[in-house]
Amino acid sequence: MPAVVEVRGLRYRYPDGTEALKGIDFDLNEGESVALLGPNGSGKSTFALHLNGLLRGQGEVRVCGMDVTGASLRDVRRKVGLVFQDSDTQLFMPTVLEDVAFGLLNQGLSPEGARKTAQTALELVGMGRSSERGPHHLSAGEKKRVALAGILALEPDLLILDEPTTFLDPPGQRALADLLRNLPQAKILITHDMPFARAICSRAVFFHEGCVAAEGKLETVAARFGWDFSTH
Amino acid sequence: MSYNAVEEWSRGSSPLHRRAAAAKLFSLTVFLLVLATAQRRLPLLAGALALILIAGFQVASIPPLAAMWRAAAVLPFTGLFAVMSWMSGNPTHAVELMLKSYLSALTVLLLVGTTPIPELLGSLELVKAPRFLLTVVQFLYRYLFLVVDEAAHMRAAAAARGGMTFQAASGALAVLFVRSHSRAEAIHRAMTARGFDGRFRPLFEHPFGAKDVQFAAVAAGLPLLARVLTDWYR
Repeated sequence: MPAVVEVRGLRYRYPDGTEALKGIDFDLNEGESVALLGPNGSGKSTFALHLNGLLRGQGEVRVCGMDVTGASLRDVRRKVGLVFQDSDTQLFMPTVLEDVAFGLLNQGLSPEGARKTAQTALELVGMGRSSERGPHHLSAGEKKRVALAGILALEPDLLILDEPTTFLDPPGQRALADLLRNLPQAKILITHDMPFARAICSRAVFFHEGCVAAEGKLETVAARFGWDFSTH
Repeated sequence: MSYNAVEEWSRGSSPLHRRAAAAKLFSLTVFLLVLATAQRRLPLLAGALALILIAGFQVASIPPLAAMWRAAAVLPFTGLFAVMSWMSGNPTHAVELMLKSYLSALTVLLLVGTTPIPELLGSLELVKAPRFLLTVVQFLYRYLFLVVDEAAHMRAAAAARGGMTFQAASGALAVLFVRSHSRAEAIHRAMTARGFDGRFRPLFEHPFGAKDVQFAAVAAGLPLLARVLTDWYR
């Protein structure tokens, strides 16, 4: 199966001197879903930002066969869809439709084409009737779905979701899990929500202090670090 | 992120909203030129121009009183210079300053209240305004709401704990800017992740047509006519 992500020896230090990643090796194959587990501050989100070229550390990062470098960033960002933890930072346009179409217009689609594609993506996440609403009028769950629509509209090969269940109520979590399960893309799920992780992923990678402490079957990795699957 | 009334107004569907941004921009320029270069019988001309603007707000289904109240935000700034002019023995200049600044603000409000910002900046790009400047304007506009948003959150948090003293408020101001900065950074990151290259592209465009030519002719002609009539009137 072709590799979607190949990372070798990735190191990153923040400008304040904090060493966030200390030599990460990571692989993800086409159509595969993996959960990134680990305590807060262990480097999971920092790692994810490297896959989209938003942060650039030392080491080798290849996404969909492309080295993540300055020259390839535009193409890499077409392939990698990143859904941020806080939907409010992702929804910055005045209406839902404009927000979902934002990335499409940046890709060079005509306004008409962008409107159609954005509307289709909104239908996919069950928000088709909210296209004219302002994002600030949406509930947390709706915001999350719109943020996801903004990424799905771009038809990426890799979906990265950072704490996707934050602020979602149980029915919202179930709906999101159903939606994600049916998407064909490779997925990286950064989460502390173990039942949700189990609903989407079979493999897990455990981060600890900027290193990969363990990887393997989700249940095995979770059990090794005492992370259980009970709902809160 | 919350958006203010002006943003809501700009999403309307009145005949004025449907006109191309370039036509409105041209009319605004003529209107401001007429106002800025007026010397004689300014109060009379100002009255006529105010009537044109009020008619514009009516056509755009924007409450004129609400618009007039918002435009008054400019008065404290120009008021200072007007007072200085008055005190230095030039009351006519002081009145001129107040009238011109207030009407200019009202005119700009009519433009931004009937034209979404991306469309407006798109038309400025067509007339070769520097892209860097336009990007700065767009970000300034977006991040202004962000600061207001953060301030509202902090005020609510303080109110929940019994309010805020003056001393605490001054400290909170620094926190507000730090928080707004980190949030702005996060938003910029999210934009970059979706291929933002420094240029905002409008989703809805109003191509320039015959109706826009007619509109520009009328909208630019009215202030010119008012100026000619007030200059001529004795």
